[in-house]
Amino acid sequence: MYKLILAIRYLYRRRVSYFALIAVALCVFIVVVVMTVMSGLVGEFREKNHSFTGDCVVGTESLVGFTYYEDFLRKLESTDCVEAASAVIKSYALVGKVGSQRNMGVEIIGIDAATYGRATGFGGTLHYHKDDVSRAFKPTAVVRQAHHLDANLPGFVVGVDMWIWRDEKGEYYFAPNPEATAVTITCFPLTARGALAKAGTDLVNTKTFYFSDTSHSGIARVDGSVIYAPFEDAQALCGMKEPIARASWIHIKFKPMVGIDKGCGKVRKLWGTFYEQNKDKPNGELLAQVKVQGWKEHRREFIAAMEKEQVMLTVMFGLVGLTTIFIVFVVFYMIVSHKTKDIGILKSVGASGCDVVELFLGFAAGLGVIGSAVGIAFGLWFLRDINAIEDWLFERFGFQLWDRTIYAIGEIPHRADLTMMLVVAGCAVLACVAGAALPSVRAAKERPVETLQVSQI
Amino acid sequence: MSKNDYILEAQGIHKTYRLGIAEVSVLKGADLAAKKGEFVAIVGASGSGKSTLLHILGALDKPDNGSVRFEGRDLGKMGGGELNRYRNKMVGFVFQFYHLLDELSVLENVVLPAMVSAGVVGWIMGRGNAKKRGLELLEQVGLKDRASHKPYQLSGGERQRTAIARALMNEPKLLLADEPTGNLDSATGNGILELLERLNRAGQTIVMVTHDERVARRAGRIITLADGKVK
Ligand SMILES: Nc1ncnc2c1ncn2[C@@H]1O[C@H](COP(=O)(O)OP(=O)(O)OP(=O)(O)O)[C@@H](O)[C@H]1O
Ligand SMILES: [Mg+2]
Repeated sequence: MYKLILAIRYLYRRRVSYFALIAVALCVFIVVVVMTVMSGLVGEFREKNHSFTGDCVVGTESLVGFTYYEDFLRKLESTDCVEAASAVIKSYALVGKVGSQRNMGVEIIGIDAATYGRATGFGGTLHYHKDDVSRAFKPTAVVRQAHHLDANLPGFVVGVDMWIWRDEKGEYYFAPNPEATAVTITCFPLTARGALAKAGTDLVNTKTFYFSDTSHSGIARVDGSVIYAPFEDAQALCGMKEPIARASWIHIKFKPMVGIDKGCGKVRKLWGTFYEQNKDKPNGELLAQVKVQGWKEHRREFIAAMEKEQVMLTVMFGLVGLTTIFIVFVVFYMIVSHKTKDIGILKSVGASGCDVVELFLGFAAGLGVIGSAVGIAFGLWFLRDINAIEDWLFERFGFQLWDRTIYAIGEIPHRADLTMMLVVAGCAVLACVAGAALPSVRAAKERPVETLQVSQI
Repeated sequence: MSKNDYILEAQGIHKTYRLGIAEVSVLKGADLAAKKGEFVAIVGASGSGKSTLLHILGALDKPDNGSVRFEGRDLGKMGGGELNRYRNKMVGFVFQFYHLLDELSVLENVVLPAMVSAGVVGWIMGRGNAKKRGLELLEQVGLKDRASHKPYQLSGGERQRTAIARALMNEPKLLLADEPTGNLDSATGNGILELLERLNRAGQTIVMVTHDERVARRAGRIITLADGKVK
């Protein structure tokens, strides 16, 4: 009973306990906030890449592409684990506004808007056609009427950062209706053997497209350098339509509940038999370069960079975490060292060493739990309002944590993970208990007079 | 007189403090015995080892050599649990430097020995009685109105009296007091000595350390400690 009474007394009678509590709370607060923001950013980036890619891709990096993709598409569509599959053309192009001398090198992706929208998260990245991705390449009716555009003119979708300015808050200024800008897209057609298709003067293919929408995938590399065009047009521009139609990649989305690895395994098997059946057909040799990749593997070079950063940051914050744990440890070591005389007194009136250790451990654990709870509560509060706080700082002092003109994040991640919080709190409590255990166990082992005589630090 | 009349027997107590290579032999075969109901005073010069001897008698320290018997039982052969019980129930110890817990009130300090020996349930059941006895003891030492104060709000003498009340809490068979009047003016010191005499008349065995001959004369028997031995 005296253990409880004394532990509680130590908690609220000694000012140092309040300081220790604040120290624990601060440590927990910092770690929770940083971990949440960091893992949120990385998670968001992965999710964006997943959404951009779909679940699985079949294809080749070669600009020549591969043949018989339509046959394989049909096979995929009749597979039970596949929800949607869409073939795309991927190549490079020059883009220039009609009437302007300026040209820009871009990545061109030729897509069938409807199926691509089902296989990937493309639809959600559009601005004017969010609700109807299949019409992504059709300039809106208002624009068509205003500018007397032919309904059959091909449209193009452009990465948002190539088209629209962002203000310093990271917001894009969209006109209510897209202007009817026309661009010419120029490609270098390649034969199935990889040679430039047209000898002599006419080396390139050029076609005019009308602006129909922007795509905001949230991946800076994509939004800053990719232009989407209708599949057929892109295929023709890249010389992949004839003599045997070619495509670069097939993006696949699996049915819900189908694991990425399992789905990819099935597709790989399917491709294996498909390859055996088709490799001897004309231009079948192109099939040899085709690979089947899960989305993570496909986007590895982008995700890996981010993950490297995350590993580095984890190491750095691991060090911060270790430091905080050590600080908490020291605080408790000091508090209990300061109270070893009490251990001597308690033992001199007949308390057992174990009881005394329990008393101090109880005190430390109590403080640790309360401190962690306070830290987590503050952390959650801070995270909930982190975006509001940032806005306020920006409006008041012009200070911005993340420069929105550089970072493609809308808002700072603020969803804390319960497991992470429990682990952090657990570590904090353990550090408290360990810090208290060392001096109290040592003092409890000594004879009462010895602890009574020591001059206290 | 039969051997069993001795409640406390210490024989051939040796104690040496080692500080690096320097050795201080404080006790070199001190013998001491106290009969039940006796009031013994240990006198000696400062640094002669009076406190050291008393700590050994109270099982707060261990002798390097020699044995302490309490009611015929050797303290050196007792296990940890038994020693805890011995310190809690059998002896009451009054420290030269009081040693009270700052976080507890005066009354709580006094009832601490009862609290330590009681479990949670036992304490909740017996709390009323313990507090009553604690207040009675505080009344005896003249501190009833300071019961809810904190030790640091008391004067040195008042702390000493609190320590005496604490030592008496569990009605120990043996009271060991290290300079119980050391910090008191003669009037207050006299009050404490009268209290000890009263307790002694009621059958309490007391071993008291003092360097003051006049105080020692109030005891039934005086033992002088010099050169690590009892003269
Ligand atoms: N832990 C220790 N380490 C080293 N020497 C010690 C220790 N405790 C006591 N001593 C020494 O033992 C001797 C006896 O100490 P003790 O406290 O028993 O004396 P005392 O007779 O009670 O003196 P006083 O009347 O001043 O209280 C002293 O010389 C002291 O320096
Ligand atoms: Mg002394």
